[in-house]
Amino acid sequence: MVSSPMWRWTLLVLFLLYLGVAFSSIDLNFPRMLDGLTRGWRFVDGFLNPNFTSRWSDIQTGIIESLTMSVTATLVGILFSIPIGMGAASNISTKPFYFLCRFFITISRSMQEIIVAIFLVALFGFGAFAGFLTLTFATIGFLGKLLAEEIENIDKAPLEALKATGASWLQMIHYSIVPQITPRVVGLWLYRFDINFRESAVIGIVGAGGIGATLNTAIERYEYDSAGAILLMIIFIVFLCEYTSGYVRKWLI
Amino acid sequence: MLSLQQLSKQYKNSELALDNVSFDVPSGQVIGLIGPSGAGKSTLIRCINRLIEPTHGAIYLDDVELTQLSTSKLRKQRRRIGMIFQEYALVERLSVMENVLSGTLGYVSFWQSFFRKFPEPLLQKAFGYLERVGLLEHANKRADQLSGGQKQRVGIARALAQEPSLLLIDEPTASLDPKTSRQIMRLIKEICKERNLPAIINIHDVVLAQTYVDRIIGLKAGKIVFDGSPSALNASVLTTIYGKEEWNTTPACEEEVSIAPVPNFQTKLELAI
Amino acid sequence: MAHLETSAKKVWQQRMTFKRWMGWFSWLFILSFFMLCWQAMTQNTLWVFVLDAPTQAADLIDRMFPPRWSYITALLKPLWDTLNIATLGTLFGIILAFPIAFLAAHNTTPSRFFVRPIALFIIVASRSINSLIWALLLVAIFGPGLFAGIIAIALRSVGFVAKLLYEAIEEVDKTPIKALTSTGASAVQVMDYAIIPQILPTFIGVSLFRWDINIRESTILGLVGAGGIGLELQASLSVLAWPQVILIVLLIFITVILSEAFSAKIRNAII
Repeated sequence: MVSSPMWRWTLLVLFLLYLGVAFSSIDLNFPRMLDGLTRGWRFVDGFLNPNFTSRWSDIQTGIIESLTMSVTATLVGILFSIPIGMGAASNISTKPFYFLCRFFITISRSMQEIIVAIFLVALFGFGAFAGFLTLTFATIGFLGKLLAEEIENIDKAPLEALKATGASWLQMIHYSIVPQITPRVVGLWLYRFDINFRESAVIGIVGAGGIGATLNTAIERYEYDSAGAILLMIIFIVFLCEYTSGYVRKWLI
Repeated sequence: MLSLQQLSKQYKNSELALDNVSFDVPSGQVIGLIGPSGAGKSTLIRCINRLIEPTHGAIYLDDVELTQLSTSKLRKQRRRIGMIFQEYALVERLSVMENVLSGTLGYVSFWQSFFRKFPEPLLQKAFGYLERVGLLEHANKRADQLSGGQKQRVGIARALAQEPSLLLIDEPTASLDPKTSRQIMRLIKEICKERNLPAIINIHDVVLAQTYVDRIIGLKAGKIVFDGSPSALNASVLTTIYGKEEWNTTPACEEEVSIAPVPNFQTKLELAI
Repeated sequence: MAHLETSAKKVWQQRMTFKRWMGWFSWLFILSFFMLCWQAMTQNTLWVFVLDAPTQAADLIDRMFPPRWSYITALLKPLWDTLNIATLGTLFGIILAFPIAFLAAHNTTPSRFFVRPIALFIIVASRSINSLIWALLLVAIFGPGLFAGIIAIALRSVGFVAKLLYEAIEEVDKTPIKALTSTGASAVQVMDYAIIPQILPTFIGVSLFRWDINIRESTILGLVGAGGIGLELQASLSVLAWPQVILIVLLIFITVILSEAFSAKIRNAII
């Protein structure tokens, strides 16, 4: 940690000073908030007594769209993340290709899905296709980076051994790297499906399809019981995915 | 027959790791390479198959000069040089048979190896080598289910599957107990005699080396300081190689244990988003 | 070589036939499942728009460049707000996460059958719902402004920090706990001296990482009215002022990269 006590105190004072300034920048409108509390209570009530029926057909369309978007974006994203991830692994890649792949990954990871979705909706029109492209773009960056890290962290001895047998580059990768990283990487893939589903609930807000649009409408119309139903379904599906992927991961090892 | 001529290796920003090393290895001869840690033993055997690029000098394997070869020609020559490693260097999640067959990768196309369609003669030979090292009944086990000694036997079978003209062996016993170490060294020696193979063994354990090799080369700071028969290795020679020590007791072998992969904290964080 | 010729011909198959068939079958299954999902997803897609995308892209780029640099003066205050949303949100988030983590870890929870499931449900719920959705709700409840943004970030961070923290608590080395308990220390003292020092590095690392993610997330909360630079993005988008939009996106990009580097640097220095 920070070594000298004087530095520690200075940092602490600076941090407290910052907190003071930051707090003062929030302009709290107390009457508005008190007003909001009753609405907040109505939301809690809606969450505890969710209404699945009155907007069921919208919810159904939205959930199916979110799920299909997540499935396709995850699969296509995996496909593209493999070459990108291999290129971004310093131990098997070459310099120019390494920098190219790392650059792409940085761009993909620094851009919020929402911002990407805004642009893609402008280009491809409203609907699930723009959402699919958004999620695919984000998936490539995420999985590419983690795949590169898995490859960089492998046990190097088998790689050296295969190099010594005169195996080609592809054979080295297929025989020494693939078996080492497969269980963990498949776990990452499943996990990314999870994230994609959660994100698909958000990008609908800017018109990129999925359950987000339905949720947005419900909240704007103050239909908190329908909103509660949608949120509960999202939580349930995410929980289900986590449970299943945990099970699959155990089975793979 | 292997011949090293004035081989030198200079790492960036450091002293010479190998300094003008020359010697010949006739067919069937097993050489024990001894010397303190950092003397350049590991560098030397990796320079021979160019896992490490030598800076100067020439290496002849039979009539082929290895240091000037292009990448594709080098791969063809690497097939002829079997290598056996300290930590076995097996792919733990593949079966024993797949590990042995990985020695033949230089001889098959990518698609053949991808679909595991190895040519029948190669398969039969691989079974033969597994039988030779005494592991035939374990062919379909996963490599991580074997004991250390068994893993090293798989490593030997993999090297043999290359149909090598030379064996490079890097600390074959450093991770094994004394009894298994002797068994492995005996096996290596027998195989070299059967097949008239030349071999270079990096080894820490001087007593073990004296028992099983035909000739000993002592390396110190990248230079050859001893080259002779095991019986000529006396206390004064050992002092030149290793420095002063009470040589009547068995030298303790220091192990370079490879670092186990640490679970990556960053990845863990990413997975909780 | 004698050994080789005497051995009988053996058959090697890398997998059992059943497993092989399963392999092919699962590939087929994945492919057809993909086709099915693709069909369902694109049934409302207007391919005219998709085919038109390159023209649209060229047009958009044409309109975006050059960015309106002079606009940057109007962005500094919102950027400062964004930083505050992220920092204060993270702070509230970790304050809430700390007790929840202790309630959720099976070795410190007061009740395994009653309290622990509730704590775990809070963690799952918080992690499942994106901060933008929280912001959407909170803006509807409290009205637009920084406060809604801060609470949204806090609510989203609770689950993340608490999850990693309770896992760390469950993995603590038990020897010091036993040692302290045997000296007659109270439960609170045991926690203070044996558990907290062990999880503190994880806690700090996780918090800094979350802060970095929160910077990224808080940049867009303004889209639904929860303050920060996203408000300007929303305003520029609604009047189709693309030279301003591209400037905002660039600024967000730089902020995100810098905060990531900053948080990684501090984490490496501390851990």
